[in-house]
Amino acid sequence: MDFDLMFTSFPKLLSASVITLKLLSVSLILGMFLGLFFAILRMNKNIFINKFAYGYSYVFRGTPLLVQIFIIYFGLGQIEYLRSTFLWVILKEPYWCAIIAFALNTGAYTSEILRSAFQTIKPGIIEAGKSLGISNKIIFYKIQIPIAIRQSLPAYGNEIILMMKGTSLASTVTLMDLTGVAKYIISTTFKPIEVFIVAGGIYLFMTFLIHNLIKYLEKKYSFQ
Amino acid sequence: MELLAFGKTGWGDELFYATLMTIAVSVTAMFIGFFFALIFTPLKLSKYKSLNLIGNVYTTVIRGVPELLVIYLLFFGGSGAIMYVASIFGYFEYIEINAFITGSMAIGIISGAYSTEVFRGAIQSIDKGQFEAAKVLGLSKFVQFYKIILPQMLRLSIPNLSNVWQITLKDTSLISVTGLIEIMRQSYIAAGSTRDPLFFYSFAAVLYLLLTYLSMKLINRLEAKYSRGY
Repeated sequence: MDFDLMFTSFPKLLSASVITLKLLSVSLILGMFLGLFFAILRMNKNIFINKFAYGYSYVFRGTPLLVQIFIIYFGLGQIEYLRSTFLWVILKEPYWCAIIAFALNTGAYTSEILRSAFQTIKPGIIEAGKSLGISNKIIFYKIQIPIAIRQSLPAYGNEIILMMKGTSLASTVTLMDLTGVAKYIISTTFKPIEVFIVAGGIYLFMTFLIHNLIKYLEKKYSFQ
Repeated sequence: MELLAFGKTGWGDELFYATLMTIAVSVTAMFIGFFFALIFTPLKLSKYKSLNLIGNVYTTVIRGVPELLVIYLLFFGGSGAIMYVASIFGYFEYIEINAFITGSMAIGIISGAYSTEVFRGAIQSIDKGQFEAAKVLGLSKFVQFYKIILPQMLRLSIPNLSNVWQITLKDTSLISVTGLIEIMRQSYIAAGSTRDPLFFYSFAAVLYLLLTYLSMKLINRLEAKYSRGY
């Protein structure tokens, strides 16, 4: 055990975890909107819209995140047309490519979580709203969405943790996040166990925080 | 399309063998995972707090730490650890472990943590009366587990194990960082030498989709077969 290395690598890894958290939070916020959008499309009666939303979630849940990042980072740059548009400003940055891939990926999972939450809402609640003379739109925004979000909290907590682990893949497209820095230190010092303990500890601490945050939210918004 | 031709002109046969490698790694990793689950599930269900702790540390750490980090640990630390053990027995040559073994071991450790949780949940959801009835019949501990608990546990865990299988299959893409030629690595090589990354990575995505789709079909059949009568 090389404790010196552990002490010297800790601040480096800690500052790298800021990038991990940034990637996580931005992609979660974007993914939340994507997920809500596609969950609403999934409930559409039009079969084409429905199938489109299903196809989106099927493709992104059925392929590895690594493939998705590589397609966006290495693949999209190949299209000549894209290079001339303003999108290229975003797509040439590995940071934004990673975020796009993460957001699309977590959006697919989130849409599934929200869809099943919408389906478990008791019809009586919607009927109660209708009998009070509330318009369909307001029932949807003020009754269905809040209940669905509360219902999906436990599953969404798991998704946040999975996504936090997913951000480690950003290191494959040259981003120096927590895993990227950990790999750099391992490959220069050849002391994998020490670095794994420190980096793994930071990841576990973040998992612990997310877990407790979700638990707190579940308690706060529980149905009495 | 000529990019995918079989033989020397295209990448068809290379990608085909790479797909077989992905399947081989996933299956091996799944079985290594079952082996780990077989050890750690009893620990998690044990009456003793200290044994519980060991089981909990395994599942919590592996499920809370990114897969890539575990792979790097085994990739960089694996041969060192084996060489250390070998040096105790007086063997000082450099030992290089096969990328296949490192990769399936790493993915196996990860899928083992998920399988452990699945088995634990399945055992806990078996009716208490089954355990008591087995005891009352005077069956030995081994027969109790092997003939009564295990079949019910397996049936209950099929749906969740199919999720673990999907995770394992997708995680194998990560061991491409160690240089094992599976779908992802082969696509990387092909994309590099033809300068056509979009096509090859999209094709890799299609291959993965095909694998997940086919395995889903197979598992659904298994599930239907074993839930007859319920």
